[in-house]
Amino acid sequence: MAEIIWGLATSHVPSIGAAMDNAKTHDEYWSPLFEGYQPARDWMAQHTPDVVLVIYNDHANAIDLDLMPTFAIGTASHFPVADEGWGPRPVPPVLGHPELATHIVESLVDDEFDITVANQLQVDHGLTVPLSVYTPEPGDSWPCPVIPVLVNVLQYPQPTAKRCYALGQAIGRAIASYPENIKVAIFGTGGMSHQLSGERAGLINESFDHMFLDKIQTDPEELTRITREEYIREAGSEGIELIMWLVMRGAMNPVITRIAETYHVPASNTAAALALFENSENPS
Amino acid sequence: MSSKPDIEGTYVFGIEDNRRGYALNKLCSTFTSAENRQLFLGDEASYCDKFDLSPEQRSAILERDWVKMLDLGGSIFYIFKLAQLDKKSVQYLGGIFTGMSTEEFIAELKAGGRHFG
Ligand SMILES: [Fe+2]
Repeated sequence: MAEIIWGLATSHVPSIGAAMDNAKTHDEYWSPLFEGYQPARDWMAQHTPDVVLVIYNDHANAIDLDLMPTFAIGTASHFPVADEGWGPRPVPPVLGHPELATHIVESLVDDEFDITVANQLQVDHGLTVPLSVYTPEPGDSWPCPVIPVLVNVLQYPQPTAKRCYALGQAIGRAIASYPENIKVAIFGTGGMSHQLSGERAGLINESFDHMFLDKIQTDPEELTRITREEYIREAGSEGIELIMWLVMRGAMNPVITRIAETYHVPASNTAAALALFENSENPS
Repeated sequence: MSSKPDIEGTYVFGIEDNRRGYALNKLCSTFTSAENRQLFLGDEASYCDKFDLSPEQRSAILERDWVKMLDLGGSIFYIFKLAQLDKKSVQYLGGIFTGMSTEEFIAELKAGGRHFG
């Protein structure tokens, strides 16, 4: 039986990737964020999964205005790194896990969760930056295969927070029913509070972020009762990305252990956070 | 009637915006290819002719009127690709949207960000 061993919640700001790509992580601007990552990185390096599921959103790259799936899963054997308008990030190609991805799709649809299947998918910073947060120096290849799970957060109506949590629960059941004994890590990405456009551009809401960072572990159900309007009002038009953390949380056990956490303002226009959870009551 | 929330100082991109801004956003989406980026920079006006832009959208693009682009159905994620062609950052755009210089906008973020309500 496959098993989820840990979950990583992390912002996926493009400039965090650019800071790593351009060796700026020791700069005054970036070092507090990257120092904050270190305890989580050390722990993850000691607890390596066989496959990683990354819950993220595309940013006008692989998914355009013609067709906008609310939820989709990448079932391919590899996912090219997207050119987002300034050339692809200099990171290794992303290899998929078609067998587990196919199993998850079949299980979700049997579970009445009608998910879109992506047979071809270019992955953008939403997926590659979290991989770099996990593995800053991958060398020629990422440490394990990756299954992309896409959520529409760009176009209203986004899925509700409650539906994201339910999707996570269904993904958790799918993984638990996979016959092979493999270890899975799940990433919930995006957030925290930020808004890129409009007169409220530059919005940061620390108190909302800290409430969310706390409740994602202790009371995710309460976070599912927050409306989309409230997410946008409190965390900004792009801060609604936080609903993707609930997919990760839904896939995990009711009780989880916080291994590490960091929160930093700003990463370009965003409040950036990382929270790492072991999927059990008793930390290893 | 759409249930899309109306939040002051905030663009919530919805289905109606997608329809209205389609040509503008579509044009920006082509910047994911280096060849198209060169074509655009070589002759912006004739590149614009390839898309079904309204006259307002066309001049907003050519004049780099970033607020106008958003008002005409542009999505920040598409418009940002045009800004990147001009080597303009999200902080530059943030300054434009809030009536600040880029430096002032960056300073506000470094001081903890902008707070509302
Ligand atoms: Fe994002």
